[in-house]
Amino acid sequence: MTTQLGGSAAKGRGAVSKCGSAAGRDQPRRRSTRKTAYRDTASGRSFVARRLLLGGAQTLAVVLLVFALTEALPGDAAVALAGDQPDPARIAAIREAMDLDRPAPERLADWAAGMLHGDFGTSLTSGRPVTQYITDAFGPTLLLAALTLALLVPLGFGLGVLAARHEGRLVDRLVSSVTLAVYAVPEFALGVLLVTVLALKLAWLPPTAVGYGTELLGHPAALVLPVLVLLARPVCSLSRLVRAGMVDALASPYAAHARRYGVPGARVRYAHALPNALAPAVQQLARTVDWLLCGVIVVEALFVIPGLGTVLLNAVAERDVPVVQGLAVVFGVLTVLLNLGADLVAYRLTPRAGVAA
Amino acid sequence: MYDERLPGLRRRGFLAATSGAAALALVGCSGGTDDQAQSTSGTPKRGGRLRAAFAGGGASETLDPHLANLFADVARAKALYDKLADYGADLSAQPRLAEKWEPNKTLDRWQVTLRQATFHDGRPVTARDVLYSYRRIADPEQAFRAKASLEPVDLDASRATGERTVEFVLKRPTAEFPNVLAAFGAYIVPENATGTDFDKKPVGSGPFRFVSFAPGRSAVFRRNDDYWEGAPHLDEIEFVVANEESARVNALLGGQIEYAHELNPTTARAHEAGGQIEIVRLRNSAMQAFCMKTDRAPFDDKRVREAFFLIADRQELLDGALSGAGEVGNDLFGKGYEYYAAGLPQREQDLDRARALLKKAGAENLRVTLDTSAVAAGFTEAAGIFRDQAAKAGVTIDVKVGSKDSYWSDILDNGTLCCYRSGAMPIEAHLSQRLLTDSTTNATKWRHKDFDALYQQAQSTRDKTERAAVYERMQRRLYTEGGFLIWGFADWIIGTTKRVKGVETKAPANTLDWARFDKVWLA
Repeated sequence: MTTQLGGSAAKGRGAVSKCGSAAGRDQPRRRSTRKTAYRDTASGRSFVARRLLLGGAQTLAVVLLVFALTEALPGDAAVALAGDQPDPARIAAIREAMDLDRPAPERLADWAAGMLHGDFGTSLTSGRPVTQYITDAFGPTLLLAALTLALLVPLGFGLGVLAARHEGRLVDRLVSSVTLAVYAVPEFALGVLLVTVLALKLAWLPPTAVGYGTELLGHPAALVLPVLVLLARPVCSLSRLVRAGMVDALASPYAAHARRYGVPGARVRYAHALPNALAPAVQQLARTVDWLLCGVIVVEALFVIPGLGTVLLNAVAERDVPVVQGLAVVFGVLTVLLNLGADLVAYRLTPRAGVAA
Repeated sequence: MYDERLPGLRRRGFLAATSGAAALALVGCSGGTDDQAQSTSGTPKRGGRLRAAFAGGGASETLDPHLANLFADVARAKALYDKLADYGADLSAQPRLAEKWEPNKTLDRWQVTLRQATFHDGRPVTARDVLYSYRRIADPEQAFRAKASLEPVDLDASRATGERTVEFVLKRPTAEFPNVLAAFGAYIVPENATGTDFDKKPVGSGPFRFVSFAPGRSAVFRRNDDYWEGAPHLDEIEFVVANEESARVNALLGGQIEYAHELNPTTARAHEAGGQIEIVRLRNSAMQAFCMKTDRAPFDDKRVREAFFLIADRQELLDGALSGAGEVGNDLFGKGYEYYAAGLPQREQDLDRARALLKKAGAENLRVTLDTSAVAAGFTEAAGIFRDQAAKAGVTIDVKVGSKDSYWSDILDNGTLCCYRSGAMPIEAHLSQRLLTDSTTNATKWRHKDFDALYQQAQSTRDKTERAAVYERMQRRLYTEGGFLIWGFADWIIGTTKRVKGVETKAPANTLDWARFDKVWLA
C-alpha cells in the first residue's frame, strides 16, 4: 500500500497531460520556424520551473501524508520491536530509548530540520543512518531497473511497430494475443512458473539471487529470471500502446495525404506516424521506470534481491518512521522528475498537442 | 506474501522443544537409532562451506548478541558466542561456558565456575567478562530482551571470587537459577565490548570466528580451531537471508544453499518422499493456544472456561491450521519438557458436557469475540475452525482480525479471547512470565495469591522430586481451570540437501542443538 504513496499522488499531473488527444493527432507535423522554436524554449523554461515547484510541493505533501499514515498505524516501533514479549515496562523503555515519547509534531519538525541540511536521520531500529539504508538498497534496484529498461525499450517499440505494420494480419494477431495473455499473468505466478521450469526442472538458471546481495553484477545468470518477470507486463502494455498509436496515426487523414503526395511508406510510418504513437508510450515508460525504482516488492522477495522494496516493507513492519520518511522523499522526488522528463520528451515529439502543466 | 515470514516468530526469542525429550534421553544413551540416522551415518568429514538460509530482519540486523530477537539473530549469535548454560532437548539447563554451579542452602547465592575457554582474540573468558555481559544486559537505560530473565540477580552484590569463579547473589531463592544462565540472549561478550564493535569486528568465544557481515544479506564466519568443545567440521558457514519461504525452498532445490530454516508443512509433505532434499521435523516445537482472560466475563466463570476446553476438537485444529504438522495439546504448556505433567488424561471434545456447563453458568447463547491476526502461521485458520466448533455447542464466535505488527501488545490487556502461541521455554519460565500476579505478560490475567505462593515454594525447594511435585500441583490447577486452551504443538521444519549430515533431529528451536552448525558436516 505504502509503495503506491510515493507514486500516485505525484504522478497525477503527468498522467493526465493530453498528449495523445485526437485534436493533436489529426494535424500533420510541420517543421517549426525559428520564431516559434524560440517561443517554445521560453515557455518550456517556465513550464519546467512551474512543474518543479509543483513537484516539490507534491513531494512535501507525500512526505506529510506518509508521516501521518505511519503514525496512524496501530503500534509504534517500540511495540513492533517488543514483538510477543509486550511487557509494558519494556515497551516504555524502548520507547524512551527511541525518543518516541516525544510528541509527533516535534519529531517531525526535528526530522524536517535535519532534512534541510541533507540529513535523513537514523533508523529507530538499528541506529544506523537512513542514507546507508537507501544507498545500500539502491544499487540492486537500479541495476534491475536499468537492465529491464534496456530491454524494454527495443522490445516494446519493436513489437508495437511490427504489429502495427501488419495490422489485422497474422503477425499482428499473434503479437496482440500473446501480449494480452502474458499481461494477464500476475507477476508472482509468472515468477513461480519461470523458476519451476527454467531453474528447477531444466536447471538452466539459478532460482534466486540469495547471498549475492552486493555483488549481483558478478552473477549475471541470477538476474535473468527477475528481469524476465519485470519485463513481462511492461513489454505487453508498451507494445500495445505503440501499436494502437501507430494504427490510429496511419489511418489519419494526414497520413493518407502524405501518401497521396507520394511520400514513401517507410517515411510516413517512422517520421509521421511513429512520433504520434511515441508520446503516450513515453508517458507509460515513465510510469514503468517509476514502478521499477520505487519498489518491485514481489520480485525482490521471490528472488531474494535486497532492494528498496524490501527495505520499505521491513521499515513499515518495524514502524521505523525515519526510514519510511527517507524512502518517501526519494520516491517522491524520483516520481516528480521522471514524469517531468516524460512530459518534456512528449512535448518535443508532439509540440502541438500542448503538454500543458 | 509477507505472512510467510511469521513476524511474530521472527520478533521473538523463539524457544521450542520436542515432546520426544524423554525418548531422546533413552535414545541418546543407547547410541543412536534410525531416528538419528542423519546424525550418525558415517564419520564426520572436515571442510567445506555451508550456506544456511533464514528469514531475517532486513537492513536493521545486527550482530550484537544481546539484541538478538529473530531466529537468524540467534543462529548467528550462537555461532560467534556462548552462554553460561543452554537448554537441552527437554528444556533443562545444560552447562556450557559454566563448568558447574553450586547453590548455598537457601538457594539465593550461587557459585558458578567457568570452564577454560578463550575469546577469538586469544584472551581467556573470565569472571569479569561474565559480570560485564550481564550488567550490560541489565542496564536500566537499555531494553535488552534478556533483562527480564536476569531480574532475580542482584548484579551490584554479585562479584568475581576468582579468575574463573563468580558468586551470584540473588534477590530471592531461585532453584531454577541455571535457567537464567541459559536465558535467551544472555551471551557472554568480552569486557568493554560496545555497540559499534559488534557489527564490525565481533569477538566471542563461540565455535566460529567473524569474517564478514552485510545486514539483511549475508554473514560469513570461519572455523574457530581453538573452540573449547572441539573445532567445527565446517571450514566456513554463511548465513543468508531469504524472507520468502518459497525462495528458501527454491534456493535449496537449486543447490544455492544447503540448509533452509522454517519451511511450511505443505512444502515438507511435497518433498519428504521426493528424495531430493532431507526434511527435518523438530517435533512439538511451538505451543498453539487460545487464551481466555480469566478476570472478565464470560471467562471469569471457570465453568465457561471448562466448556471451552471441551468444545475444542484438537485433531481438527491441528489438521486444519497446521496441515497436521504437530501434536495435539492437553491445555498444558511444555509437552515433553522437564516437569511436564504427562499423567493427566488427554482432553477430548465433549459438546454435550460443554453445553451443560454453559447452561449451568447461565451462558447459553453466548457470544464472544476471538482476536486473531496473520502474525503466525495457522492463526486465522485456527480461529475459523474454532468458530465452527463452538457453533455446535451453541456459542457464537466473532472472529476479529487485527494488525500483525502490534498483535501481541494489543491482546495483552484487551479483548476476552485470542489466538496465542509460544516457543519453547522451561515450564518454570512459562509460569513466571505469564501466570503470576506480577508477571509482565500475563495474557490470561491469571492472578491467584495461592498460585504465586506455590511458585515461590517450588523455587525454594532444593530437592528436585519435591519440586516436581509442586509443579505438578500447579499444572493440575491450570489443567482444570486455567485460561490457556492449549490445543497443539507445531513441528518446526528444516530442509537440507542430502550432503548435509549431523543435523540434530531432536532439538526444538532455540535449544542448544537447534541451528547449531559446529557439529554439522558435508559428506
